[in-house]
Amino acid sequence: MDLKLDHRTEDRLTIVEVEGEIDVYTAPRLRELLIDLVNKGNFHLLVNMEKVDFLDSTGLGVLVGGLKRVRAHDGSLELVCTQERILKIFRITGLTKVFGIYASVDEAKEAHGKDK
Amino acid sequence: MATVELTFSALPAHVRTARLVATAIARRTGVEESLLDEVRLAVGEACSRAVEAHRAHCPGEPIRIELRDDSGRFEVTVSDLAPSDEIKQEQPLDLGMLSDSFMSNFGIAVIEGLADDVEVFPSPKGTNIRMSWPAAVGV
Repeated sequence: MDLKLDHRTEDRLTIVEVEGEIDVYTAPRLRELLIDLVNKGNFHLLVNMEKVDFLDSTGLGVLVGGLKRVRAHDGSLELVCTQERILKIFRITGLTKVFGIYASVDEAKEAHGKDK
Repeated sequence: MATVELTFSALPAHVRTARLVATAIARRTGVEESLLDEVRLAVGEACSRAVEAHRAHCPGEPIRIELRDDSGRFEVTVSDLAPSDEIKQEQPLDLGMLSDSFMSNFGIAVIEGLADDVEVFPSPKGTNIRMSWPAAVGV
């Protein structure tokens, strides 16, 4: 399955919907979107990965790159993910300590609201 | 011993094909369903690393994968022809060190976390990554 990307902004939080496979072939599109969002002043990003079928280290690199970019503007990049197959990759690489990972968009929005 | 060999050009688009082939053969070889995601990801990581290495050093050369059913093990070897730097061992995670292109060694760390048995053979003539998982005997 290819990669489908969409995004919307609610309050100050930009929600990026990702569907499909994030790998060495498709990850550049996600990277471009994240860079574009940051360049347009969106510094609080929430990436919803509930419909992601596959994520490899290239995709992790794109997410880490996005996190570095938003942090340069005192922003945040957090994730929504409950799929064990995806969470396992974050655990193996120790990135669960780097990203805020939530069970739902609503839960993430609530946490983000408290931080404001 | 049954062996399937696959060679592909060093293009990112082909990595998905390699993953699908490896997963299909793993299933046929009798690898447990619960391990197939690990096979898919580990083979994908090894192929992605090889593609990036070839694109940097020898884009015209193909990457080779061998998939073997060997005495109750499903064994995959991904071989590239790009000269290898010394494989760095795991380092403490520091966000400042990480970049979009840091994933070469990170991918190997992922493979080591996924495969039941992994050996990485880097050399000036290329890198072989051999990994294996238990499979049902006689399937």
